[in-house]
Amino acid sequence: MKTSELIAALAADPVPEPIRLGRRVALALAVGLAVSVALYWVLLGPRPDIVAASDTMRFWLKFVDSFAFALPTLLLTLRLGHPDAKPRALALWLIAPFILLGAGVVIELLIVPQSEWMSRLMGSTAMHCTITIPMLAAPILAALIVALRAGAPLYPGLTGALAGAAAAGVGALVYASSCPGDSPLFVATWYPLATLICMGVGALAGRRFLAW
Amino acid sequence: MNPQPIKGQLDDPWSRMMTAAIGGDEGAYRRLLEDIGRSVRAMARGAFSRAGVGDADVEDAVQETLLAIHLKRHTWDPEQPLAPWVYAIARHKVVDALRRRGRRKVEPLENFEEFLAAPEAEDPHALSDARKLLETLAPRQRDIVTSISLDGQSIAATAKRLSMSEVAVRVALHRALKSLGAAWRRSVE
Repeated sequence: MKTSELIAALAADPVPEPIRLGRRVALALAVGLAVSVALYWVLLGPRPDIVAASDTMRFWLKFVDSFAFALPTLLLTLRLGHPDAKPRALALWLIAPFILLGAGVVIELLIVPQSEWMSRLMGSTAMHCTITIPMLAAPILAALIVALRAGAPLYPGLTGALAGAAAAGVGALVYASSCPGDSPLFVATWYPLATLICMGVGALAGRRFLAW
Repeated sequence: MNPQPIKGQLDDPWSRMMTAAIGGDEGAYRRLLEDIGRSVRAMARGAFSRAGVGDADVEDAVQETLLAIHLKRHTWDPEQPLAPWVYAIARHKVVDALRRRGRRKVEPLENFEEFLAAPEAEDPHALSDARKLLETLAPRQRDIVTSISLDGQSIAATAKRLSMSEVAVRVALHRALKSLGAAWRRSVE
């Protein structure tokens, strides 16, 4: 087949109205988040000592840090849905949550005696946290992948992995008020592990569903 | 037919042609694809020759790029110029084509301005794999694509010959092109 012949076939297929990927991703986020919050209320609920906990900096650091991670990963995911994405400047914002959490870890190491480091790191719910965040992230990741199918990502695996990271960030935000582990040592160990699980699933889903 | 640019008043020829195409101007879309094809061809020839690969498969890369652009054309943001969007897809497809021929270290391609400035005409003798891929389509779909592309018939004439409605032919053509894109992806994976 010659190229001119292929073009004849393509030109006979009308051009549809452009879609707005940003709106689709925002809608997906809203739907995924609603399902995630519903799961939270049905299966988890806020921790019993939430009033006392909310007096501590440690408690709030989880929210701030999850938000600082969720926002740039979400925007990056959307950006990568376009083939002509220029994500470098935005990617720099990914440093922010690591600096925040890193500072929290350093302060914790300074004010907590060494003998308690390990018990703080392990908390009482390490496994629970590592499983629950991916569970809360799953509906968000699924919705994001569906929305991104309408886009044109050149790097489906990477885009999927970033969608997984964004879903984990939002999932952590939902989970934070139920999670009894507040020490930055705990958060810096188990939250990233949960995020990596989501990124792995996202990368596989991206390669499977976002290639075109 | 001369629809106004939607927003942002993009003034480059490709964006204007695509805006007209969205407004239903089939001729504008055809001219745009021919234009893009010439630029992609120049890019692919340059890249293939620098990588020391014969240009036997250049037309494949051109067609794969055109099909990819066609299948994702609704994802272009009309407030952004079209050319960088096209260039990003074309560059990716050409690099991919070189990788498939075992060129791991792929030289960077021409820069964006050269991409627009160096059109090359199709080699009239070049054939591509697309014909092989046509064989993967369902018979009715293949018949419709062949009728419109190889035989140069209109949608109306094709519909009449097959005793189908024009809408049905259009739908079948659209599905066929989508399957063609999927078959292409499978063939290169």
